[in-house]
Amino acid sequence: MTAEASARVTAQQDQQDETTFRTQSGVPIEAHYGPESLEDWDPAEQLGRAGAFPYTRGPYPTMYRSRLWTHRQVVGLGTAPETNERNKYVLAHGQTGLSNDYDVPTLIGLDSDDERARGEVGRSGVAIDTLRDMHDVFDGIDLENISVSMTINHPAFILVGQYIAAAQQRGFRLDRLAGTVQNDPLKDFYAQKTYRFAPQPSVRLAADLIEHCAEHMPRWNGISLNGYNIREAGSTADQELAFTFAHAVAYIEELLGRGLPVDSFVPRFSFIFNVHNDFLEEIAKLRAARRMWARLLTERFGARPESVKLRMHVQTGGSTMTYQQPEVNLIRGALQSMAGALGGVQSMAVSCFDEAYSIPSQRAQRLSLRTQQVVGFESGVTKVVDPFAGSYYVETLTDEIEQRADDWLARVDEQGGAVAAVESGWLERVISDTAHRQHLEVANGERIVVGVNAFEEAEESRIETFRVGPASEAAQLERLREVRATRDDDEVQRRLDVVQETAAAGRNIMPAVIEAVSAYATQGEITDRILAVDGEYTAPAIY
Amino acid sequence: MIRVLLAKPGIDGHDVGVKIVARALRDAGMEVIYTGLRTTIPDVARTAIQEDVDAIGISNLSSQNVAMMSELQQLIREMGGEDILLTTGGSLLPEDLEALEALGIEGAFPPGTSNEQIVTFIRERVRGGEGAPA
Repeated sequence: MTAEASARVTAQQDQQDETTFRTQSGVPIEAHYGPESLEDWDPAEQLGRAGAFPYTRGPYPTMYRSRLWTHRQVVGLGTAPETNERNKYVLAHGQTGLSNDYDVPTLIGLDSDDERARGEVGRSGVAIDTLRDMHDVFDGIDLENISVSMTINHPAFILVGQYIAAAQQRGFRLDRLAGTVQNDPLKDFYAQKTYRFAPQPSVRLAADLIEHCAEHMPRWNGISLNGYNIREAGSTADQELAFTFAHAVAYIEELLGRGLPVDSFVPRFSFIFNVHNDFLEEIAKLRAARRMWARLLTERFGARPESVKLRMHVQTGGSTMTYQQPEVNLIRGALQSMAGALGGVQSMAVSCFDEAYSIPSQRAQRLSLRTQQVVGFESGVTKVVDPFAGSYYVETLTDEIEQRADDWLARVDEQGGAVAAVESGWLERVISDTAHRQHLEVANGERIVVGVNAFEEAEESRIETFRVGPASEAAQLERLREVRATRDDDEVQRRLDVVQETAAAGRNIMPAVIEAVSAYATQGEITDRILAVDGEYTAPAIY
Repeated sequence: MIRVLLAKPGIDGHDVGVKIVARALRDAGMEVIYTGLRTTIPDVARTAIQEDVDAIGISNLSSQNVAMMSELQQLIREMGGEDILLTTGGSLLPEDLEALEALGIEGAFPPGTSNEQIVTFIRERVRGGEGAPA
């Protein structure tokens, strides 16, 4: 089988003439690049120095020499005490920041005891219903000395409200808390699909949280715009940048509409991008991202050059992890992690080799951490800033990705902006079409996926997999029942009434939410009060 | 024409795979009805009977395939649809494939399954199909 597949690949490659070589995102590639490729290219304009506009080479002057990226593998499973244990495990093994994933009910604002949550509680992330859960997730962890990332979008304002309340009750100072909340609800309408509120209200709620963080939490990123999930939904590298920035434009316009100066909030915008398989294209993409963001913000919004440093977390592409021959995913993860490192990142997670099977086993999680430690501490690439600068090919590709992303952003603008492009289903169709095209490339063998459409094994090896058992759901239901039984229900209702009145009046929701969660209102109850004002969103079934 | 109902019951939002399968079945000349997200197994069963489909495909990426297929099989039988072909796709572990086989459900498609395999399976197994028992 292997020899046969190998012959097939060679035959396909022989058939291709020069013009058919393309990057994974479809950019044509010449055989050679030389000085003529960069004839009109001005390094002062396109690169500058690291730490200076347009930040192509990185947001900081000396990059990893001053501070290595944060090793931030994602953790989240079962009940809050179970996730607390895993949080402490990864810290004990050398992780330098925390990142928590939530189960689907939490992601869409359902309580664990909601009928629709049955079977999903704690399954693919930790279940958070009340302040009790938020306390328990971080029990024994010094929140002033570790940065925390929260992967939550539509109910982000509720979970950060719980985080603020929990941190204050433990005596931590808000101005010392460092961390990030994803809070990018627009991408949820066509990637990941954990939406609940309608597009326009979701932007308003996201802006409430950004505004609150900008005012009270100077070390906290109130938004982390998410290109990762757009890519996972099937986009190209250039679409990943374009649509991420299109969302950013929508949030910025909402905040500007409130009279906030752009420089008061954009410095705390952070980003999550994907690192996919095409090694050089991904490096070019991360470099192009920084330059495009710097230019977009200064040209369109008049932001100051020092406000437009793009800081990013990357996660290696979960969807590149194959079910077939899963150990091979460790190698994919290593290459992707290296591309991330060479692209100049501030934080990284390497998707686990058992990604196609389940949420990670402890062993898989440790191997992902070790992967980025090998890249970070052994490979030597961290000793110099932006080593690909000046490469005829990588600079050409960086320009090309930026150009293509600019074109896609212009198309979103023509649609009336990101909110309109979500409402009309335009973004969903673009992503579906791209995903389908890429799938066909694998199906017809144009794109080789080792172990899937070439070099298959007759017998698959079985790996140890992790799965959250039903006991976690039962335990969470009991935890929630105890909270409901012991809280002051009249007080909860009074504070929920204030949440609803605040939403109806269009005032910033955060102070009312922090009051409500402090009385142990559940996140489902708060979500319901917002839905009572704004209505629930149903997405069209487009394919 | 073979009629297939594709569905995403529950609240899992991973729909890249199901949408690609929908296009593949349509391109293979089948009629596809896709429910979209957040439906329920009882709704899927009712729709399948009302629309008189030949096959149902349940997509799930949060490890609930076995529980969902078991519930669907029982409901479909109660409604007199025992000749409807039941299939499922998603992050199926080897033990899930065994559990589904024990239920008599052979149309179980883990990640990496080709469109061709799914199309061929449905063509051969639906009532009146090439591979259907006489």
